Amino acid sequence: MTEHRMRYIIKESLFHIIVIALGYVMLYPILWMFFNSFKTNAEIFNSGVLLPSSWKLDNFIRGWEFNRSVSFSVFFYNSFYYTIISTIGAVIASALVGYGFARIPFRGRSFWYACMFLTIMIPYQVVMVPQFIIFHKLGWINSFKPLIIPQFAGVPFFIFLMVQFIRQIPYELDDSAKIDGCNRFSIFSRIIFPLIGPAVITSTIFSFYWRWDDFLGPLLYLNKIRLFTVSLALRMFSDPMTSTDWSAIFAMGTLSLLPVLIIFLIFQKHIVQGLVTTGLKG
Amino acid sequence: MKQTIRPKRSLADDIAGYAFISPWLLGFIAFSIIPIFFSLYYSFTNYNILGKALFIGFENFRRMAHDALFWQSLKVTFFYAFISVPLRLLFAFFVAMLFNRGTRAIRVYQAVYYVPSLVGGSIAIAVMWRRIFIADGVLNATLAKIGIITDYSWIGSPDTAIWTLIILAVWQFGSSMLIFLAGLRQIPREYYEAASIDGAGALRKFLHITVPQVTPVIFFNLVMQLINGFTVFTQAFVVSGGSGDPMNSTLVYALYLYQRAFKYYNMGYSSAMAWVLVLIIGLMTAVVFKTSTSWVFYESKEGK
Repeated sequence: MTEHRMRYIIKESLFHIIVIALGYVMLYPILWMFFNSFKTNAEIFNSGVLLPSSWKLDNFIRGWEFNRSVSFSVFFYNSFYYTIISTIGAVIASALVGYGFARIPFRGRSFWYACMFLTIMIPYQVVMVPQFIIFHKLGWINSFKPLIIPQFAGVPFFIFLMVQFIRQIPYELDDSAKIDGCNRFSIFSRIIFPLIGPAVITSTIFSFYWRWDDFLGPLLYLNKIRLFTVSLALRMFSDPMTSTDWSAIFAMGTLSLLPVLIIFLIFQKHIVQGLVTTGLKG
Repeated sequence: MKQTIRPKRSLADDIAGYAFISPWLLGFIAFSIIPIFFSLYYSFTNYNILGKALFIGFENFRRMAHDALFWQSLKVTFFYAFISVPLRLLFAFFVAMLFNRGTRAIRVYQAVYYVPSLVGGSIAIAVMWRRIFIADGVLNATLAKIGIITDYSWIGSPDTAIWTLIILAVWQFGSSMLIFLAGLRQIPREYYEAASIDGAGALRKFLHITVPQVTPVIFFNLVMQLINGFTVFTQAFVVSGGSGDPMNSTLVYALYLYQRAFKYYNMGYSSAMAWVLVLIIGLMTAVVFKTSTSWVFYESKEGK
């Protein structure tokens, strides 16, 4: 073996060792929570070993039923309901609006497009109080309406993503569809929408993530335990004043991350692409 | 990319255009414009949701100037944003440089390093974070294993509590890393080859090719993440149990604003606070933009 080859192998191994070690440190908190979901409370805080000595599932049962009147079935149902309806609304609306901005030369187009970007710069804190008061007056507190309905207006990041994708589609497709007698809406639904699949998938994934993790919205508008999302339930469950059953809390925490991780494993490529196209935070 | 230019604007286009953007336009008016005007109005009143809103001029802003908690929350937020964002970007850039090579394993590594960004915003992680840094948490247990025995509560001490939030933010450098990595991969190989022929070393290539080529990406991320950093709420809320304790050391701006609005129902005061936040974010963005001409490198490419 030449010296050159030797140096190469050492350099490569060093790279992998460092990257794997750092990766382990990064994943450690998540692994710690995952394995703790199978440990007893005594084991979590007394043993320094990551893996549980025996895999117990009763933490999950205790966690699921931690609240005597409302179980995690309800919280998961609420979270899925809120997330799925919001996501459908956000993605379809964003595609429609994106098509309007990308393809139709109406008067005031660039002005409104600029307004859309401006809204990204305005912190939620500005509209938080007036929105709350408006929704309060409408009697929408303790319903999912204040959380879901604004999503049906579309989301600026998704609209931007759609516009970027639609602009890459040649105009000839629109024109030939027009000759065949399609109106604007059927051009959109039959020609454009099927061609922006990657943008639709990326928006769907990010919308799912953001709604699933949303905390401030549900905190403001959902005050009845029956309406709690998983996030709110976890926070109530883990109240530092009263909570002691940590293995059950970790078990529910682990479950709450599962939908996010499963989607990541399936759609990894789209997520990376979405991040890179829009530069948005995952 | 070529687009057919359509010079004539027709009424049909106007109608179709507004029809397509109507979901966003209606939402923009209902959930942004109207609330923004209300917020501006409330900020000059003593509105508290129960009584009538009384116009009090600049009283809210004057009160803010004498509110120790307001200044504390500003201090905490500046500290948090100006440490966590640069650190996160630095980490992201460093790891992206490390990953910018041809090994097949990179795809797996990339995914692993992204996972914290993926789950970092969740309540489960925030709840777990507390358990890592409390007196009998996993950090002290690990320290004990290497001989450092302490019952110091990192979460419970005002000196270190904010650092647990900073670490939580820096830990999520994966998404920025992916963006930087994409930027690095777009740098044409010829640049490096030409530089090699001219006899440039690795450091020179890094400083004169790599860094200038990715500054636009760094710039965009810096602006967006500073804005996010200034409005951080959930993590501080959960890690501190909603209080901003110990001794208000984790009382970030958005958390104090929330308390003012929904614990004390000082809707006027919290609206005024929101506008101060807009001012700060606007100023900061302006400063970053102003200085960007000296450090952000834009290629003078035509028609892009």
